[in-house]
Amino acid sequence: MNVIASAPAYVQATALPQLPAPSSTKGPVHWVRHNLFSSPLNTILTLLAFYVIATTIPALIKFYIVDAVWTGANRDACLSEKVGRPVGACWAFVADRYQYFIYGSYTQAERWRVNLVFVGVAISMVWLLWDKAPFKTLGMMFVFGVLPISAWMLLYGGARSEFWFLVVSAGLIAWSIWGDYGALKMGEANAFTRPESLVRYGMLGAMLLFGLYVQFGAGELPIVETGLWGGVLVTMLIASAGIVFSLPFGIALALGRRSKLPIIKMFSVIFIEFVRGVPLITVLFMANVMLPLFVPQEWSPDRLLRPLIGVALFASAYMAEVVRGGLQAIPKGQYEGAMSLGLGYGKMMRFIVLPQALRIVIPGIVNTFIGLFKDTTLVTIIGLFDFMKTIEASFADPSWATPTTRATGYAFAAIFYFLCCWGMSRYSISVEQKLAAGQKR
Amino acid sequence: MQPAPETGKASLLYDPKIRGYVYQALLIGIVIYFGYQMVSNVSENLARQRIPFGLDFWDSQAGFDINQALFPYTAQSSYGQAFWVGLLNTLLVAAIGIVLATILGFLVGIARLSKNWIVAKAAMVYVEIIRNLPLLLQLLFWYKAVLEPLPRPRDSISLVGGALLNNRGLYVPEPVFGPGAGLIGAAFLLAVFGSIAFYMWAKQQQAATGRIYPIGLVSLGALVGLPLLAFLATGGPISFNYPALGGLNVRGGITVYPEFIALLLGLTTYTAGFIAEVVRAGILAVSKGQWEAADSLGLPYGRTLNKVVIPQALRVIIPPLTSNYLNLTKNSSLAVVIGYPDLAQVFLGTVLNQTGRAIEIVGVTMGVYLTISLLTSAFMNYYNKRMALVER
Repeated sequence: MNVIASAPAYVQATALPQLPAPSSTKGPVHWVRHNLFSSPLNTILTLLAFYVIATTIPALIKFYIVDAVWTGANRDACLSEKVGRPVGACWAFVADRYQYFIYGSYTQAERWRVNLVFVGVAISMVWLLWDKAPFKTLGMMFVFGVLPISAWMLLYGGARSEFWFLVVSAGLIAWSIWGDYGALKMGEANAFTRPESLVRYGMLGAMLLFGLYVQFGAGELPIVETGLWGGVLVTMLIASAGIVFSLPFGIALALGRRSKLPIIKMFSVIFIEFVRGVPLITVLFMANVMLPLFVPQEWSPDRLLRPLIGVALFASAYMAEVVRGGLQAIPKGQYEGAMSLGLGYGKMMRFIVLPQALRIVIPGIVNTFIGLFKDTTLVTIIGLFDFMKTIEASFADPSWATPTTRATGYAFAAIFYFLCCWGMSRYSISVEQKLAAGQKR
Repeated sequence: MQPAPETGKASLLYDPKIRGYVYQALLIGIVIYFGYQMVSNVSENLARQRIPFGLDFWDSQAGFDINQALFPYTAQSSYGQAFWVGLLNTLLVAAIGIVLATILGFLVGIARLSKNWIVAKAAMVYVEIIRNLPLLLQLLFWYKAVLEPLPRPRDSISLVGGALLNNRGLYVPEPVFGPGAGLIGAAFLLAVFGSIAFYMWAKQQQAATGRIYPIGLVSLGALVGLPLLAFLATGGPISFNYPALGGLNVRGGITVYPEFIALLLGLTTYTAGFIAEVVRAGILAVSKGQWEAADSLGLPYGRTLNKVVIPQALRVIIPPLTSNYLNLTKNSSLAVVIGYPDLAQVFLGTVLNQTGRAIEIVGVTMGVYLTISLLTSAFMNYYNKRMALVER
């Protein structure tokens, strides 16, 4: 301080305030110059991009939001002659038909059964996909055992499926008691009262009670023929059947392909390469027209079941390749470590290799599932009414025949598929990042 | 404690070799059993439905017309000819689609890495939308929402070069070759071979001396100049048959059907979205040091990309690119939805409906796609091996 005070007057005694950075190196001007107009080519591209955006986005907003018709009972609401103004998207059409888009022609009074299945699917998705959800093993049991059989009983109905539902729930309870008894014998004192067991018994008990209620209390659920099913129900059914079947079968195929036994390996390779070499449409045609010839006449599969089998086989081959990638990524030391502990092949795979391999390939599995979900639209070709087809079929409805109905329907379908697929891909990316966290230090 | 009885070897049950044999024998047994069951069921079912088995329908008259055929085909032609029409149409759309999708995919993939913010974001939006919507929906969009609302032939849209566009398709001028036109073709072929030879020579020279020759300019000049010279020298033997409105429809020119346009647009834009991601991943896989080294050598951006980055990126790009080409070819079977007469639509659709020979037709169709797939992946594997890093 002293030094400064005694300095000559022409020496600056106080610090000058900091000037802001020049606008050419920081701030919006710099950003625009650097990112949009850094070179003649970039300037042209930027202007071109602006032109495209300026011509399309406002037109889309005008068509789908500003000029759109949101309510109305029939086509009159969406005809510009009748309304007296230019009419854009006819959302009233979607609002009027959305039930059909969700359930197809499923019997009106029985649609609560479909809703119940939707709830089950939602639960299973959260259970398996949310990494903090408890009792993952139970979740597996729910998704691969409880849900398929309950969904079939609920959706189809009839005395026979109810009987099998009861048998399966009783069987699951017996199996679960047997397992816990085994654990008790092995020294786990609270085998029956640990939280996992309680949740399991709760789940299975509810299932049994529901089955008993339906069987003896409410009476038989009326059969809803599969020909009536449609819309989101069929789309979801095919996608879930594909994943539920393709995961275990794909794992088996992947293990087969890496097996040291030449014949098992050969069969796996042939199956995988054959299925991956042909388009899904040919597989669907095969399921539709050839499958009934392959089985005795009285077993001829239901028209909905055929594409389910086709899609499941198709997805298995792709899943097998995804799983194989995971198996190959596991270092050899893990196999050797397991073997040196004296574990057999089954135990080594179940407890050491597969848990690690499957965790790595979760993003791959989800990506396969996205592809499968998009491919469910192909069942339209063999005459099923999936979500896409119910929309397409509604265009033929004369009470909603307007010039903009088609554009609206396609936009609605696009939003539905985009939200589902994009959501799943975000999930897969987040898992990928979480898995890579260890390598990013 | 008593020692375990010495048996000399462990029980056969625990010998992994024996177990392996047992498992495999079991698998073979199961496959044979099911195969036998299937064959007997098929023959029983066919006999009951009175459907004969075999490809004897191949030469029978088909009795249906196909609008787009690459060789003369009429309703009097046989099912076999219908099969070839369908197969050629599939190959046509797949070949053109692969070329276009590669170009568009590389452009979009490079655009996603552009330093230009808006270009990068636009490319990202394109990729996200295209990849997250079913191809079937996109095909329906192109066919029903873009091409169908086009004006009627009477109000056709005139495009540059005398082409006409309406809801019946795209009509392009058809070249008519007069005498001496063969010379132009020969000049063009000469230009192609000359350019290739020049390219190889220039590359050799660059490797030996470092001198860079304007390959692009020279080959462009040759490719355009030589045929043009021949055209002028022979007195302009090529004329064009322009499409024109005659009555209710357009006459003359070559017709490109809307089904073909829709399928090509759909397949190209869809596959390009996937190729763009492959290209982006490939370029990102080239380490930053390579860019910096090229920069410090003073290479301009274009040459850095051309000579340093892309050759290395190609090694990462080629395998997934192959599977995208195969996907495009397999996806071309979605032509069924919009009625483009490809193999699936003609053979799996119409011929199957008319003859009812499910097993033969599905089998042949699958065999064809399988062959295409295997051939493509064999070729791409060969190419990949040539591009792969040569290690000690």
